Amino acid sequence: MSTTTKPSSPSLVSRVKRAARANWLFISLGAIAIVSLVRIVTDTNDLTSVGTIRAAIIATCPILMAALGGLWAERAGVVNIGLEGQMILGTWGAAYFTYHGGNPWIGVLGAALLGMIGGLLHAVATVTFGVDHIVSGVAINLIGLGATTYLAAATFPDLNGGGPRQLIGLDSPGQINKVPGISDAAQNVADKHWFFISDIASFIAALTTKISLLSLVIFALVALSAWILWKTPFGLRLRSCGENPQAAETLGVNVYLYKYVAVLISGALAGIGGGFLALVSSSGFNVGQTGGRGYIGLAAMIFGNWRPGGLLLGALTFGYTDALRLRDAHAVHALLLLVALGLLALAVLRLVRRQFAGAITMGLLGAAILTWFLSTESVPRDFTSMTPYVTTLFVLALGTQRLRMPAADGIPYRKGSAG
Amino acid sequence: MKALNLRSIGLALLAPAIAIVVSVLVTTLVIAAVGSSPGDFWSAMFSNPLPRLRVNIVNQTATYYIAAVAAAIGFRMGLFNIGLEGQYTLASYAAAAFGGGAYLSGFANVLVSILIAIAVGAAWAGVAAVLKTTRGVSEVISTIMLNSIAVFLVGYLLNRYGVHIGNSVRTTTLAPSSNVPGFTPYLARDGEIWGLSLLAVVVGVGFWVLLNKTRFGFDLRASGMSPTAALASGINPNRMIITAMMLSGGVAGLIWLPALFGGAGAYGTSFQSGLGFIGISVALLGRNRPLGMLFGALLFAFLDTQSNTLTFSTNVPPSIVQITEGIAVLAVVVAFEVVRRWRARLEQRSVGQKPVAATEASA
Repeated sequence: MSTTTKPSSPSLVSRVKRAARANWLFISLGAIAIVSLVRIVTDTNDLTSVGTIRAAIIATCPILMAALGGLWAERAGVVNIGLEGQMILGTWGAAYFTYHGGNPWIGVLGAALLGMIGGLLHAVATVTFGVDHIVSGVAINLIGLGATTYLAAATFPDLNGGGPRQLIGLDSPGQINKVPGISDAAQNVADKHWFFISDIASFIAALTTKISLLSLVIFALVALSAWILWKTPFGLRLRSCGENPQAAETLGVNVYLYKYVAVLISGALAGIGGGFLALVSSSGFNVGQTGGRGYIGLAAMIFGNWRPGGLLLGALTFGYTDALRLRDAHAVHALLLLVALGLLALAVLRLVRRQFAGAITMGLLGAAILTWFLSTESVPRDFTSMTPYVTTLFVLALGTQRLRMPAADGIPYRKGSAG
Repeated sequence: MKALNLRSIGLALLAPAIAIVVSVLVTTLVIAAVGSSPGDFWSAMFSNPLPRLRVNIVNQTATYYIAAVAAAIGFRMGLFNIGLEGQYTLASYAAAAFGGGAYLSGFANVLVSILIAIAVGAAWAGVAAVLKTTRGVSEVISTIMLNSIAVFLVGYLLNRYGVHIGNSVRTTTLAPSSNVPGFTPYLARDGEIWGLSLLAVVVGVGFWVLLNKTRFGFDLRASGMSPTAALASGINPNRMIITAMMLSGGVAGLIWLPALFGGAGAYGTSFQSGLGFIGISVALLGRNRPLGMLFGALLFAFLDTQSNTLTFSTNVPPSIVQITEGIAVLAVVVAFEVVRRWRARLEQRSVGQKPVAATEASA
């Protein structure tokens, strides 16, 4: 504590910051290296083919939006379990406004609007009336699903491609087909199947070839959110409402207003995630097409320790496993080796840090999964579908103690309680 | 004193009354907004249900009530068991698979199947409880994950060990001797009230006794109202979390059993999913009180069953009642919070007005 009073503190702060940033980069590169190794050992090039990465990006985007929505709300101290409901509302909004507005981008705005309405309900209940955040969120999810089912049945049956539970044939937002010079070169390198370099090339190729503009917007939104929340006075005040609203109030911050703004943005982002599902992931709207992605987004955010870089990594992990299970069954089997190696690597890391209990648990788990990999030829499809959920449980079980959520997250706050 | 009692009863009923008014209002507005007639809707909803529907309402009330009690056991101590869905899915499958296997006959088969359902539900909830007590994982997230895992796990088991007929798959059907006889109030074609609906009565009475007449119930309520006070008075929080969670999961295991032994006969396409979330809603609506939840279960069962008639008499889609139910839940929790704040202010004022000798009467 006392060292920070020295004039050299700025350099210390920046050093810590640089270390933290390097850490995320290190984890990402390490993960790619392990994937690459598994790909070569098991001879499953589909593991990082351009097609797989493209599918992974499409699967990631909705989860990422939900996670980002969760980040906004929780950084302001409001737990938003209602992301799922807001996302569902977004799917209907995207379909309705795309059809009647004649432009998918109007649909995206419609999705944001509908999600925002869900966010408004949550904000009124939790901020103004101080209802328990989880209770309100559960109710929002009920209302979201009910409203969407009802609205679809009431508005879509008479439309072209519509039915009581669906509206298909919607236009997609445009896509970038090719970036001259980069796409082909990256594709060529990817096809060489070299260690590590081809995997990075696959990534670049997928990001520059036939990628939806909405995906790019979504990635931009993550960067924008990170900038707003951590680099602007507005963001600082918003986060102060999540850490210590009483202190924020004494400094003249209008806590209710900031919480409202945060939850509205949260709902809008989740809504856009729903819109992505209806406009890009599939060719139209279906009742219940979110399939719990709002919850997964919430898990990705926790996985990412309430930070933009972390939640991006979390969403990519979920998106990747989600994409992989729909592709080559052989690739899924290779995933087992990947998980086993990952666990063993973590076990070694714990051993180095002298955390023996954790090291033994993870070592045993890793060995068990390695045995499973070596003794079988394929993995039942249902088990593959479980992967994201089981991963989340593992990550939470192993990492919860190292996560730090905003200090006043989920605690109802009343104006004037600072005394 | 008497006036005060009357007032507190009035205040207690105020919140549900507000909630009902709000949900009726919102439903009416939503129907009018898409150009349908709210009048037709309400007259269809409140028409006298046909005998067949009346039987359905009773059966669904029992099912919803069991689910609500399961949720309430956790809620009363501040545990959010969002995982009822996974717990009863897995438990229903286990009970159906065991019962269909016919290892025992008749009554013993039913009894052991029920015990298996309780054990499986409790064990699945126990995973979340252990993760919470040993690793500090929030039960909200872990139970949501366990819900999805349970669905895929059952899908796998069903595919692997189930009976495949055409495109559908189900567990082996129960032997007729294992069907629990029900009660037929009307004609046979109107259906029967499931025999195991009585489980709802057992669970409800048991919940009341547990809460109000046992040491454990006291500890449970104390932990819910003030975890710190509970800890200070010697209640072991970890033991409470594990017990309450497993109890909640065990009751959740019973949710679908009345239907299973009352006619469904096997776990397959007839399985009713979503009951876990309905249970959570009903528990919230009934404020986790045994009687309140009975009212909530009846209301939800009535709305859900009556909404099926909408397609015949109106152009309002039946899913409208899901909005009504969701709004009712949200309105009830908001209304209770508002009434609580209002009551606190009233009490403060009445304390302030009392002719107190002390100098500090400014509260």
